[in-house]
Amino acid sequence: MKPRLVLACLTTDAVVARARAEFDAVIHEGPGDMTVPEVTAAAAALEAQAILFTNTLPLTAPAIAGLPASIRVGATCSVGFDHIDVPAARARGIAITNTPGVLDECTADHAMMLLLAAARRGLEYDRIMRQGWRYRIGQGELLGVRVTGKRVGILGMGRIGRAFAQRARGFDMQVLYHGRTRLPPELERGATYYSNFHDMLPFCDFLSIHAPGGATTDRMIDAAALSLLPDGAVLVNVARGSLIDEHALLDALTSGKLFGAGLDVFRDEPDYDTRFATLDNVVLSPHVGSASRETRDAMGFRALDNIAAVLAGRPAIDPLWRD
Amino acid sequence: MGKPVLFVTRRLPASIEALAVRDYDARLTPSDVAIADLLVRAEGADALLCCPGDVLDAETIAALPGSVRVIGTFSVGYDHIDVAAAKARGIRVCNTPDVLSVATAECAMLLILAAARRAGEGERLVRSGKWAGWAPTQLLGTQVSGRRLGIFGMGRIGREIARMARGFGMEIHYRDMTRLSPDLEQGAVFHDNDDSFLPICQVLSLNAPGGGGTRHWLDNGRIAKLPPGAVVVNAARGTLVDDTALIAALRSGHVAAAGLDVYNGEPALHPDYVTLENVVLLPHLGSATVETRDAMGRVVLAGIGAVLAGETPANLV
Repeated sequence: MKPRLVLACLTTDAVVARARAEFDAVIHEGPGDMTVPEVTAAAAALEAQAILFTNTLPLTAPAIAGLPASIRVGATCSVGFDHIDVPAARARGIAITNTPGVLDECTADHAMMLLLAAARRGLEYDRIMRQGWRYRIGQGELLGVRVTGKRVGILGMGRIGRAFAQRARGFDMQVLYHGRTRLPPELERGATYYSNFHDMLPFCDFLSIHAPGGATTDRMIDAAALSLLPDGAVLVNVARGSLIDEHALLDALTSGKLFGAGLDVFRDEPDYDTRFATLDNVVLSPHVGSASRETRDAMGFRALDNIAAVLAGRPAIDPLWRD
Repeated sequence: MGKPVLFVTRRLPASIEALAVRDYDARLTPSDVAIADLLVRAEGADALLCCPGDVLDAETIAALPGSVRVIGTFSVGYDHIDVAAAKARGIRVCNTPDVLSVATAECAMLLILAAARRAGEGERLVRSGKWAGWAPTQLLGTQVSGRRLGIFGMGRIGREIARMARGFGMEIHYRDMTRLSPDLEQGAVFHDNDDSFLPICQVLSLNAPGGGGTRHWLDNGRIAKLPPGAVVVNAARGTLVDDTALIAALRSGHVAAAGLDVYNGEPALHPDYVTLENVVLLPHLGSATVETRDAMGRVVLAGIGAVLAGETPANLV
């Protein structure tokens, strides 16, 4: 008998096919992802042992308490897990896994794309083209800022931050970083560590955010932090919208304090602050840091591998805690 | 003795205009439109600083006042200047080589990432206010990291792109007339023919010079040899691409996405490009950074100054 799974989020065809082949699965067909009541009802009806979901499902303590006793593992198809009350899951004996490692490269690529696009005004130029162009642009007009050889500060030097640093080095950028602890030299690779976040900011021509969300990092990028950046700096965020005070960021973008910003994540998604859309000096993307087909397949497969391991009595590959 | 007279035909970055005013009796032109009365304004000038778009053909050069000893162009390319006619009159010509390789390579790398990761579509979705949240295949792009990059034309700019692409773990291949030395090649794989080169190009970056030899190089036949789902980027010259062929391939999906900074007949471009979602389009701004335009201005002014001082600058055409 196959193990029983609720696939609560929409996913790629390849992941759906594998879920069907290997599990007795309820496959959600949309239009959106399943809500907590929908997951609870589907899991109860199927006597499901596993749920595969993503950051669209808020697994709060009450949501976890409402799940049927048959559930043994929840696999989130994401690296972040700020949508899950981990202590509540642990207390109920439900294993939780995430998908680290498989989206680092893709997310770092996206961050570098946003950095280049914000610095070199890529999407602003694209709008000029789509409006027809047809006029000469002066040698001193519409200029971007150079990326190569500049200083980039990285907030959060985990896997994705380090993958991003690797790309920045290809542009001869000097890498600075802040994290809770200093990395060993083989991971640091010459980057300059700042134990105090604010001490780093005056040296950041570019600032790229790769720290987790949650209460401890909430609004780390506030008016005070932004004021410490050099004039004309560029901010990139592919991590979590909660790290930024968006009002302060809007002020810094309209005052000219920042040259520009590239944003993939927002405090409220998908209902983000549309004042950003009125600005030409921001590049916006709809939380697609991991959105390459290769990576989304890999994330789904990784989540299925985690579920299979736990249900077979083996250790999870990516447990959020180890007993 | 007074300062030499420098006639600047277009608006330049403020820092460069300030340098011109400091070192010359400068006649500035605060406009982006090519001027009509170039010959009148050049009267009595020792030097001309022009831009692409100004037409300095044999006829114009023959009519320049005898005071003009040097023409500087705010560009690498000098196809707008009849160099032979200038030489015949004893007028030296200098340009801005080298200083824009990095900015242009950045632009190409931006186009690779933006096209592969569907940045234009994502932007338009978010700005439209119609973003409804995650969907399974919504805006799924092609991963750049670890892919094979083919560079057509491995000059200074091509090699800068290769250096940047190595940071993304890309495998670098290149097609050129001759093989580079190992220190310049840096492990990139040389191809001496299109048939071995094109099928490996998951990402193809065009970095060859324009002109008759490469006109419409990327045509139907060569596009057919690219792997399905390839990404094509052109930050070199619009003439390298057969637009009809590329547009057909973008429509069929054989080419998944394209990023273009240059066009046949710019500032016009094939109208079908702007109807496509899977292209990212830039208005020939490969060198458009504050730092690069500043460096270009300094290089060309230094060249002009050297000629006027009786020296032979390195950036003499």
